[in-house]
Amino acid sequence: MSAACARRWLIRFYLVLFFAWLFGPLAVMGVTAFNTSAYPQAIPFEGFTLDWFAALARDRDLVYGLENSLRIGVFVVLVSVPVGLAGALVMQQIHARARSLYYLVVVSPVLTPGVIIGISTVIFWRDLATAAGARFLYDGVVLTVLGQSSFISAWCMLIFLSRLQRFDRAIEEAALDLGAGRTRVFFDILLPFLRPAVLSASVLAFLSSFENYNTTTFAILADKTLTTVLAGRTRSGATPAISALAVTIIAVTVAGAAVYEVLKRRETAREAAGKRAAVRTEAGEVLVPS
Amino acid sequence: MKPALGHQIILFLPVAVVAVFWLSSIVERRRGGGPRKPGFVARNGPVIATYLVVAVALWAVVMIVLPQLFMVELSFRPKLPPARVGDPDDVYTLENYRYFLFGSTTSTASWNSVHINAFISTIVISILITIFDLVICYPLAFYMAHVARPARLRMLLLLLIAPYWVNELLRAFAFRIIFATSGLINRALMAIGAVAEPIDFLGRDIGLYAGLSYAYLLLMIFPLYNTIENLERAQIEAARDLGAPWWRIHRDIVLPFARPGIASGCTLVFMLTAGALAAPLVLGGPRSLWFTPIVYDRFYQAFNWPQGAAYAFILLLACIAIVLAVLRLFRLSLGEITR
Repeated sequence: MSAACARRWLIRFYLVLFFAWLFGPLAVMGVTAFNTSAYPQAIPFEGFTLDWFAALARDRDLVYGLENSLRIGVFVVLVSVPVGLAGALVMQQIHARARSLYYLVVVSPVLTPGVIIGISTVIFWRDLATAAGARFLYDGVVLTVLGQSSFISAWCMLIFLSRLQRFDRAIEEAALDLGAGRTRVFFDILLPFLRPAVLSASVLAFLSSFENYNTTTFAILADKTLTTVLAGRTRSGATPAISALAVTIIAVTVAGAAVYEVLKRRETAREAAGKRAAVRTEAGEVLVPS
Repeated sequence: MKPALGHQIILFLPVAVVAVFWLSSIVERRRGGGPRKPGFVARNGPVIATYLVVAVALWAVVMIVLPQLFMVELSFRPKLPPARVGDPDDVYTLENYRYFLFGSTTSTASWNSVHINAFISTIVISILITIFDLVICYPLAFYMAHVARPARLRMLLLLLIAPYWVNELLRAFAFRIIFATSGLINRALMAIGAVAEPIDFLGRDIGLYAGLSYAYLLLMIFPLYNTIENLERAQIEAARDLGAPWWRIHRDIVLPFARPGIASGCTLVFMLTAGALAAPLVLGGPRSLWFTPIVYDRFYQAFNWPQGAAYAFILLLACIAIVLAVLRLFRLSLGEITR
């Protein structure tokens, strides 16, 4: 066997090993969700059942936690995407001397352990709510949204920054020369350009919020989310219902990822069409505003 | 100094910093030679300027800086029942840090060895896990960036992202199913007669280490892949044409080029591993000591918030120290690794 051939087999072997490591545990867990055995086990497979999924739907805490997680996820998107966008725009305009300090401050939540973000959020808002006499602020859902948004906004900002690098300032100048106001330029030029980034940032923000545990477990106080209920279940004893939940989540996220992929493809196609149109205009055709 | 005054100083601090930068920029513009740049409000219009300032101020000051400062402040205060906060004995103290080092005043041991050991082993094991992840991810990242064809690459990327959307707790739970005493590995070993008694993988923390090195693989792969992808293929081919063996190509060309990616992958993985809470909760044996569950227990078992804040701050300092050390080691700036 030649050396090149041997190397190819080595790479193949490594790839198989790597993905076995990546998917093996999930596959094993998936099998246990359908096994009748009361302890989550893959072998021996005692019989096929869907009872563990039914047990999920009956679990009141879990259903409540799920609703709360969805609610928090939506709020986190509503906070993080606009804040991340503002963060990115300020980053481009801030005075050079302040830029490195500003960058350090707003990127630090990405490099801070989630538990610490949760802890500090709870401590701060407890003191502030007490001092201001506004006890309603000291609420699990509010604190979780604030805690999660502090680092999810930073991720969103990084997404916006990378998209903004490709923004052509000349378009903005042209609109201004044609008499558009600053606010109008923002909504009619900048935002449409950033649309793909807004989409990516929203999906990322929602999913990071939904699966977050470290920050949430502190910030949620006495309330519950899906992940905190789940943590309690996995600690108190293993049942195949947890595997069933995992299978459900995997199914939903795979479906979600597919939808996201389709949306993104459509966006890319739209952009390509836009570019073709722009090229045609440059070539001398008259662009009639629709 | 009384804690009430401490709070006022903390609340005033960010305002002062912003004011200093703002004033310095005004002074500079007054003096400034060259073409005059439009001011912030003129450049964005009043509506958008207000949105930018309000959003960033809320985020940077109220959501990031103040909570951290309040946590550090609390860590220097004694544990008191709510009614006695503000009493004469509510003064700044190092008691919580003393406890981390020397333990309870009534104990006979000279060091708080349980907590110190947990802290040191968390840091050391996180470093080892980070290195392990780097080693197993590097070949794949290189393969994706320079060997795989586009169709294969798209499939690999999708396959890599898919498990990452499964909750951290559930990924840990999967490892529990595999490594438990009546789990997959023990049943398989006993079925083929390799062992008579099940091996306690979880009690020996083997399950925990496996789960932790699995948990954040993705955050190593992507930074590596992103930087290696930017390497001109011509450089590798030139080296190959000049007769360089494959290991020298990697040592002298690819690895130095991938420095920012390696640094950013390593800092992310280290930070997430050292701060992991889900895996230690689900996979930790009765005697396993990871530092984050200890911090958690300070809050919700001991109900000693100031001490919990002190422990969280110690963990934060360790993470900052490691990030700075990595930046030093790779001679990079923070901006280069968070791209």
